[in-house]
Amino acid sequence: MSEQLNELSFEEALKKLEEIVTSLENDDIPLEKSMALYEEGMKLSKQCNRMLKNAEEKMTELMQADGTTEPYDEVLED
Amino acid sequence: MQKRYVTITALTKYLKKKMDIDPHLQELYIKGEISNFNLHRNGHMYLTLKDDGARIPAVMFYGDNRHVKFRPENGMHVLIKGQVTVYEQYGQYQLYIKDMEPDGIGALYLAYEQLKSDLQKRGLFDMHHKKSIPQYPTSIGLVTSPTSAAVRDMITTIKRRYPIVQITVIPAIVQGNEAKESIAQAIELANRVHTFDTLIVGRGGGSLEDLWAFNELRVIEAVFASNIPIISAIGHETDTTLTDFVSDLRAPTPTGAAELAVPSIIDVEENLLHMSVRLKQLLQLNIARRKELLQKIEQSPSFQMPKQIIYEKQQFVDTLDDRLQQQIEEKLYRTQHCVQQIETKLSFYHPDRKLKQLHEKVQLLSSQLEDKTAQHIRQSTQQFVHIIDKLSLVNPLHILKRGFALPYDEENRVVKSINHVETKDSIRLKLHDGDLYCQVQEIRRDPKNE
Repeated sequence: MSEQLNELSFEEALKKLEEIVTSLENDDIPLEKSMALYEEGMKLSKQCNRMLKNAEEKMTELMQADGTTEPYDEVLED
Repeated sequence: MQKRYVTITALTKYLKKKMDIDPHLQELYIKGEISNFNLHRNGHMYLTLKDDGARIPAVMFYGDNRHVKFRPENGMHVLIKGQVTVYEQYGQYQLYIKDMEPDGIGALYLAYEQLKSDLQKRGLFDMHHKKSIPQYPTSIGLVTSPTSAAVRDMITTIKRRYPIVQITVIPAIVQGNEAKESIAQAIELANRVHTFDTLIVGRGGGSLEDLWAFNELRVIEAVFASNIPIISAIGHETDTTLTDFVSDLRAPTPTGAAELAVPSIIDVEENLLHMSVRLKQLLQLNIARRKELLQKIEQSPSFQMPKQIIYEKQQFVDTLDDRLQQQIEEKLYRTQHCVQQIETKLSFYHPDRKLKQLHEKVQLLSSQLEDKTAQHIRQSTQQFVHIIDKLSLVNPLHILKRGFALPYDEENRVVKSINHVETKDSIRLKLHDGDLYCQVQEIRRDPKNE
C-alpha cells in the first residue's frame, strides 16, 4: 500500500487524508477498520509533510517560443 | 432693366441643386449635442444637432439608425457622419445622419458592447464551461509581459504563499496592435506544452485602450479553447474586460490572481497537523467508546447472576400461566350464563305453549256453542207448546165437545140470532161428532133480550 501511496500527488494524498478523517468521524466503523484507517492516515500525513519539506524552492523559468525554458532573469527592465 | 421674378419653388430647387452638387456637403463628419430628440412611431429619429453658436435640424431614418447600439438622449454629445440637403416643402436645410457614435470613448465602448452581446449569445460565458482551479498546483504558467511590475507582483506573491510550485513565465505583448495575437499564441503554446495545472493571463492597470487586447475576439477565443484552467487578472478591480467573462476565474488584480492560484503553505501545514491530531483523537475516542461498551456488558446482571435471571423469568412465566387459566375459566362461565339466559327467553316462545292456548280456546268456544244451541232449542220448544195450547183453547170444535152446537142456515151461514130464521125453516145443527138436520117449530124470544 505504501508503494501506492508514494505515487500519489500532494493533492491526491491530502484529499485521501481528509476522506480518512471524515470516515473515522463515523461512529459505526468497526475497530479493526478504524485501526487500519488510522495507520493509513498517519502514513499519508507523514508523506504530505515530507512532500512539503522536500519540495525545494523552484526556480522561476521563462518559456521560449519553441516551448523550451530557461531561467527567468529576476532583473526587471522597468 | 427688366426685373425677372422667380417662384419660391424655383428658388428652393436652385438652392437644393447647389447644395447637392457640393462634394463637401455630401460626406460630412460633424460633432454636436443632441436636443429635441424624438423617436417616431415608424422608427425614424428626428432631432436637432447644436453647439453653443448654431443649430441644425437632423433626421436619421430607420434603415440607418437600427445599427446604432446605444440609445441617443438629449444632451448627449455625438459624432455624426451624414449629408446636408434642402427639405423643399419647408425651405429648410437639413442634416441626414448616416452613422452616429457617442463622442469620446464611444467607438470602443460600442465595439465592446457589441462583442459582449455576440459572445453571450454564443454561450461563451456560460457557467458550465468553467473549469475548476486546482487547489494544490505543482506548476503554474503566467501569460503576461515578462518585464512588468505585474509579473513581479505575481511571482513574489506565489513564492511567499507556496514556494514549492513551479512558476513559468510565458511572455506576451499585452498592449498595442500585436497584443491580441501575442496573448493568444502564448495561451496556445502553454496548452501545447501541457505541464501546467493553472494559467494566469493578465497585465497591470492602464487605460481602456491599453487593456483593449483583452476585449479582442482572438484572445477571448484562445482563452475559451484552453484546456488548462485560466485565471484572468487584467488591470485593476474596476476594469472588466471580455476575457474576464470567458475565463474560468476572474481575479481583481495580478496579485489577487496569485492568491487565488495557490494555497498558503502555512495553512496547508496547519491543516496537515490538525488532521494528524484529529486522527489520533478519533482512534482514541473509538477505542474508549468500545471499552466503555465492554464494561457495560460485563457489569450487566446476566453476567453477574445468570441463574437468578432464569428463576425470575420462570416465576414470571408461571404468573402469566395462572392468569391465563383464570381468564379462560371466567370467560367460559360468562358464556354459559349467557347461553342459559337465551334458552329461557327462547322457551317462552315455544310453539307447544301457543298451541295449547289455542286448543283451550277452541274447546271453550265449542262448549259455549253447544250450550247456546241447546238453550235455543229448549226455548223454541217451550214457545211452540205454549202457542199450541193457546191455539187449542180457541178451536171452536173443541167447544162443541162440551155440549155446544153450531146452527147453520140453508145457505150454510151460522145463525147467530132468532131474527135470522123463521118457523118451518130447515137448519143444520153441528155437533162435535156429526150434524142434526132439524125444522124450526117455534120461535121464542128470551125475555131478557126484549
